Amino acid sequence: MKRIVILGAGTAGTIMANRLAKLYRRELDDGSWRITLVDQDDRHVYQPGLLFLPFGGYTPEQIVKPRRPLIARTVQYIQAGIDRVEPDRDVVFLEGGSPLSYDALIIATGTRIAPEETEGMLGEGWRSKVFDFYTLEGASALRDALARFTGGRLAINVVDMPIKCPVAPLEFAFLADAYFTERGIRDKVDISYVTPLDSAFTKPTSAKTLTHLLADKGIALVTEFATGSVDGAAGRLVSYDERVVEFDLLVTVPLHAGQDYIGRSPGLGDSLKFVPTDPHTLQTKRKANIFALGDATDVPASKAGSVVHFEAEVLAPNVRRFLAGLPLDPGFDGHSNCFIETGFDKALLIDFNYEVEPVPGKFPFALGPLSLLQESRLNHIGKLAFRWVYWNLLLPGHDIPGITPRMSLRGKRLPVPAVDVTATEPELVASATEKEH
Amino acid sequence: MPVLQVLDASLEVDAEGFLQKPEQWNEDLALEIARVNGIPDLNERHWMVIRFMRDTYLRTGTAPTIRTLGKDSGVPIKELYQLFPKGPAKLAAKIGGIPKPKGCI
Repeated sequence: MKRIVILGAGTAGTIMANRLAKLYRRELDDGSWRITLVDQDDRHVYQPGLLFLPFGGYTPEQIVKPRRPLIARTVQYIQAGIDRVEPDRDVVFLEGGSPLSYDALIIATGTRIAPEETEGMLGEGWRSKVFDFYTLEGASALRDALARFTGGRLAINVVDMPIKCPVAPLEFAFLADAYFTERGIRDKVDISYVTPLDSAFTKPTSAKTLTHLLADKGIALVTEFATGSVDGAAGRLVSYDERVVEFDLLVTVPLHAGQDYIGRSPGLGDSLKFVPTDPHTLQTKRKANIFALGDATDVPASKAGSVVHFEAEVLAPNVRRFLAGLPLDPGFDGHSNCFIETGFDKALLIDFNYEVEPVPGKFPFALGPLSLLQESRLNHIGKLAFRWVYWNLLLPGHDIPGITPRMSLRGKRLPVPAVDVTATEPELVASATEKEH
Repeated sequence: MPVLQVLDASLEVDAEGFLQKPEQWNEDLALEIARVNGIPDLNERHWMVIRFMRDTYLRTGTAPTIRTLGKDSGVPIKELYQLFPKGPAKLAAKIGGIPKPKGCI
């Protein structure tokens, strides 16, 4: 019997399990194959919902489901913590010691916030004045704190890159502006956005648009701020070069890291426990029979659900090719797309890959073209509709109509140098940009 | 592409003065780039960081972030800010002759 083991039943692991279950339907039925999926708990969180929860947009019940019903019945599901992977023996050890051998291993355990890595962050004030919104507990506590907030200094802070959904903290700032405006106390709240980057965002064209939006909404932008420590009691955020941002309420996006078992697995992860992975085939650099996708990898794509969806479309057939002894398809191009909530029921849409940065234009879509890098109500509706798409199309591993794993240049207004916009191969403009991380 | 004249060498740089061709770099250049960027001399700790930066870039194609520098270069982050004031990752990259590090997306 051949065995595929998938670690992590979040967005990435669930999509992979369901896609592989389709590819291997016959082999699973006749028992010649087994797919095993492992996760430590039974709580699947729709993570994009965590952005809206603090503003009362969703309740926790709307964004959490048990994991098992989301997974194909032909897949074996084990609820257990992971102790370590031993790549040289092709074995995963679960907590408690039971071994799980594999022919192919897929790492899909994502990333976690590591607030303990920043001095003082977990000290006095944690979850009373200092909040994250990347966990259900953090977002729920923040909802209560925002409801009590009647005015003062709100700082929104990114400790370091990479983070999950790089636009989320900006969206949080835009939504906070709208939230306090609707409560009639916007004039009593100073909002600042404190980032380690040298502008609002990493990619130049969209950074310009987003910087203007911050200015329009009266949100102060503090750049190149490398957070060194947090003093919750005194309300001080201090950078390594000793600049200070004072706050009454801090919403921070802590440092991100891979899961701890990766650190216990010989040679599997880097110093932050991310897994070095080929950016195009999604095979890990550690060993040929170990693959990785989603937030757990070190590939220079966004850590976002859309990326996972596109990766899975390339990786599922690649695992099959590998097990059949065939060469891998280097087909993943870094494609990412996401809606950016800008408040007052509007949103932007960006669509990009390793080589092409987000640009303005139109995104061809079944229901009509969506505006790229420009606020619209239709984009906001798209963002809200995405929750249904997530549970009903994305997780079951269906293709989403009209959205391909490879990014298309159709409708995009690219900056000079001029390129043939009818072309669909992003490689044609690769020379205009450089590799990013 | 702007060209920077340093020590009789013509270097391809970006708008902010980062070398575009790491192979054009040498240690004398590093001292000169450090000097014009406000670091009069490079001590052994500086060189540790600069070499780590270059080695990582040449091996992986990506410059390390400040966090990776703090964990892996052997120099803690606080000291990095004393050695390379304001932006250690950027300044060490510039002195080490590699392109400007980009934030991850």
